[in-house]
Amino acid sequence: MRLESPTPDAPTAPRVEDGAPAPSAPGSTPVQKVAGVVIRFAGDSGDGMQLTGDRFTAETASLGNALATLPNFPAEIRAPQGTLPGVSSFQLQFADHVVLTPGDAPDVLVAMNPAALRANIADLPRGGVIIADADEFTRRSLQKVGYTVSPLEDGSLESYQVHALPLTSMTVEALKDSGLSRKDSERAKNMFALGMLSWLYDRPTEATERFLETKFAKKPQIRDANLTAFRAGWAFGETTEGFAVRYQVAPAEHPAGTYRNITGSTALAYGLATAAHKAGLPLVLGSYPITPASDILHALSGMKRFGVTTLQAEDEIAGVGIALGASFGGSLGVTTTSGPGLALKAETIGLAVMLELPLVVVDVQRGGPSTGLPTKTEQADLLQAMYGRNGESPLPVVAASSPTDCFTAAMEAVRIAVTYRTPVILLSDGYLANGSEPWALPSVADLPAIDPAQATGPNGAGDDGRPAFRPYLRDPETLARPWAVPGTPGLEHRIGGLEKADVTGEISYEPENHERMTGLRQAKVDGVAVPPLEVDDPVAPDGTRARVLVLGWGSTYGPIAAAVRDARAEGLQVARAHLRHLNPFPPGLGDALRAYDRVVLPEMNGGQLALLLRARYLVDVQSHGRVRGRPFSAGELLDVVRDAVAALPDTDSAAAASPAAGAVAESPQEARR
Amino acid sequence: MSTTTTPLGLPGVRSGTEDVPRLPEGTTLSKKDFTAANEVRWCPGCGDYAVLAAVQGFMPELGLRKENIVCISGIGCSSRFPYYLDTYGMHSIHGRAPAIATGLAASRPDLSVWVVTGDGDALSIGGNHLVHAMRRNVNMTILLFNNRIYGLTKGQYSPTSEVGKVTKSTPAGSVDAPFNPVSLALGAEATFVARTLDSDRKHLTSVLRAAAEHRGTSLVEIYQNCPIFNDGAFDVLKDSGEAQARLVRLEHGEEVRFGREDDQKVVVTAPGGGVEVVPAAEAAGRDVVVHDAAAADPTRAFALSRLDGPSMAHVPVGVFRAVARPTYDDLVRDQVDSARAEAGGPASDADLDALIAGGDTWVVR
Ligand SMILES: Cc1ncc(C[n+]2csc(CCOP(=O)(O)OP(=O)(O)O)c2C)c(N)n1
Ligand code: SF4
Ligand SMILES: [Mg+2]
Repeated sequence: MRLESPTPDAPTAPRVEDGAPAPSAPGSTPVQKVAGVVIRFAGDSGDGMQLTGDRFTAETASLGNALATLPNFPAEIRAPQGTLPGVSSFQLQFADHVVLTPGDAPDVLVAMNPAALRANIADLPRGGVIIADADEFTRRSLQKVGYTVSPLEDGSLESYQVHALPLTSMTVEALKDSGLSRKDSERAKNMFALGMLSWLYDRPTEATERFLETKFAKKPQIRDANLTAFRAGWAFGETTEGFAVRYQVAPAEHPAGTYRNITGSTALAYGLATAAHKAGLPLVLGSYPITPASDILHALSGMKRFGVTTLQAEDEIAGVGIALGASFGGSLGVTTTSGPGLALKAETIGLAVMLELPLVVVDVQRGGPSTGLPTKTEQADLLQAMYGRNGESPLPVVAASSPTDCFTAAMEAVRIAVTYRTPVILLSDGYLANGSEPWALPSVADLPAIDPAQATGPNGAGDDGRPAFRPYLRDPETLARPWAVPGTPGLEHRIGGLEKADVTGEISYEPENHERMTGLRQAKVDGVAVPPLEVDDPVAPDGTRARVLVLGWGSTYGPIAAAVRDARAEGLQVARAHLRHLNPFPPGLGDALRAYDRVVLPEMNGGQLALLLRARYLVDVQSHGRVRGRPFSAGELLDVVRDAVAALPDTDSAAAASPAAGAVAESPQEARR
Repeated sequence: MSTTTTPLGLPGVRSGTEDVPRLPEGTTLSKKDFTAANEVRWCPGCGDYAVLAAVQGFMPELGLRKENIVCISGIGCSSRFPYYLDTYGMHSIHGRAPAIATGLAASRPDLSVWVVTGDGDALSIGGNHLVHAMRRNVNMTILLFNNRIYGLTKGQYSPTSEVGKVTKSTPAGSVDAPFNPVSLALGAEATFVARTLDSDRKHLTSVLRAAAEHRGTSLVEIYQNCPIFNDGAFDVLKDSGEAQARLVRLEHGEEVRFGREDDQKVVVTAPGGGVEVVPAAEAAGRDVVVHDAAAADPTRAFALSRLDGPSMAHVPVGVFRAVARPTYDDLVRDQVDSARAEAGGPASDADLDALIAGGDTWVVR
């Protein structure tokens, strides 16, 4: 087992913290303390690998390890059994120190069949551990994935530590008295494997037992079979001599607090509901199912008790229409989707820009274009979020950076939408949605309140001097217009997609008015109050400063932070900054970009943020864009950082060639604000 | 995962405006109160004027506070309607009004929600939202202005234009088979379906009254003349002599009969499940249809809707169907309300703390 993201060529053998393995209770197998482990569970989609991973994660979280997870599943619900497209996996890194990513490569690969081995072996460094279900390595299963001889037997896995174990038959044997058919018994093999790994890594088992009891409460036979298989797996570990050592990973140092493990989708749903609660608004979600956004719909649908109404619409257009209708009625309208759905919602979002009503649009990005890679992650909807509408239709864009940050980002999106009466696009992605990590629970009472300040009476005077309602008279501070909700006497008014006259909100085709309103809508978004950019740039002991800035946005936070940490451990000086606000950009961004000789920007797209920054700040931002459907590895980004530092011109010429920090005036755009 | 169904506990029949605040006893509004200051900008002679006047004239009759009435439209000539009605209103985007109104109606039981749409808006670009609103039975009244043409875009054929229609986009005649909006609505499980005419104020008002009273989605098709791009489309139904011969006025509980004094016709059941028109004099021994708008089975209403054909030889108007079925918005709210009631009222900060903590936490000291 190795430390989180060492240099790629670092040894992958277990990192022993305290010398030789020492015997320890329970059982007689010696226990080794290790700093961190990356395990990947892989099997057929029908093998229950996601559940196995989830349970192992929960056990690990409750032990207090730092962790991060990466589920990876096929787009097909059940691709043909035993085939490569049908392989589903779940990777988890846990450690006694800060964990920023699910790990670049596994230390341990659990392969429930030949397909799982074949699909994942390339990621396993030499010396890594393979635990394989030997029963599944039959001639037929091998042939399905193109093995002519079993890799467990032909010596091709010589450089790995292979444990080929008859997991299926041991499970069946353990369940021989359960009354279940052989086929049904076999299905519990994932629990057998979980029991065994729980033993191997000394995980607490109570929570999993409790989980199985609740999950199968109505099916006692299945419940008992799973519990028996789970315990049998543990007992097998204890009695077998196949494993020379067990491993222990000590709890990580966490700030004091109460913790839980949480996925990005759940955190995002909680963030929306909490923000609505803090604003005193009912939340109305209009949504159409789409991977990987559906989990937010599911989570919110179970929150009726919190005043959350969810309507599953007939399509994405209706989903956002429902949300906008609810916002018009004074609720917090929310719609959740992924890229293809965002495309369908574009016209209605444009209407919301014109109506200037609060609306939160969540885009959980996946690989595109078109149906693309529905279950894989990508960040390629940034430009769609920014510009994917007709006309000049600016709106704030907020991005979450980690699974737990989805909570905070959702609250921020609601705050902006409500305060500024505007649609806001909140970007998450497949990695954040399904990935999980421990979360220090906030106290809802301590979170800032959001003031919807709905209009209660006239805000101006009519031509006759009598009090009148001016639907487009703006708050001088925020430029927000009043939110006047039907049912409020005296404020009857009509809004719509036709251009509005400034202040009165009447239909206006007047050229000067259109330009003024276009400018006002832009100014309102530009003026959204967002915290200034924070740059993490520790000054070296000798006073020198970094000349390379690594900038990121969204879910690349983890791998970028890990890569920068590792680069600094190598003695390289690099600065790092991460954007939550993509529109408007945070104050200080332009200056920060110009303060470094080189700005490197890793993003999971073809360079979309780099394009925006270059256009906006005229800085030669270097894009590192990849679209492989999976997050960056820290090791890959470490190379990017090394290359960026190595490519720096030497100091003297650099000073002459590149404008130093502060030497250039603010861009026209910034000066205007 | 297997699916389960739960009995929903159906509420009884309630009025469409039951939860909407009423004016104080003794106060009434007038047509003027519903007339917005904006200048009305339809073409002279447009049928939309008559419908607007009828709606403005009818609204006071509801006895509702006008701030609790909302009109949402799509895009089209007819969809300018909300600008002229002095209530809350939204002129939205093409075809999407039913979806927007669904979000509003589901979240605000205290509003009387009206949708104004055209044949293109409702049946072409917005067809999906229309059928799903009716299927769900969201409590709102949809006024579908059918002029059998795209007015606002200057005269292309629409999904209700007849085959062979020559327009700018069909110079050789349209080969596109039209929808019958009433048949469509009945097929989409609509609980209230009616048809009326822009020019018949009295009939229009009576249909509006029934539609507003109905709890659920009321679809009202209004034959509307567009003097600019499809003039006279419904003239045969308006000319006093012709109208008598062709208009089949459906009255709940009464035999379906129509025609000139000297040429009475009746609608009788026909082999194959349909209905047909026969001269009253020849109806002996035939099963004359007695209109039952409340019939649970929409089959007969559907058969009546099929009497209407391109020749407009006999065109049923009135309420085809008005049946009680739980509304989607009531059910949605019931689920939220009962979840809250069971949990002891609105959620507190502590309730949210408990929600986000979930079942599996640990403490670091
Ligand atoms: C997305 C979109 N597509 C097309 C149009 C152009 N458009 C405006 S109204 C209309 C048709 C309106 O016909 P109908 O609903 O019958 O209304 P009418 O004008 O006849 O009352 C069209 C195609 C539009 N406004 N928006
Ligand atoms: S084009 Fe036709 S429907 Fe439109 S306003 Fe003129 S007359 Fe009325
Ligand atoms: Mg039309």
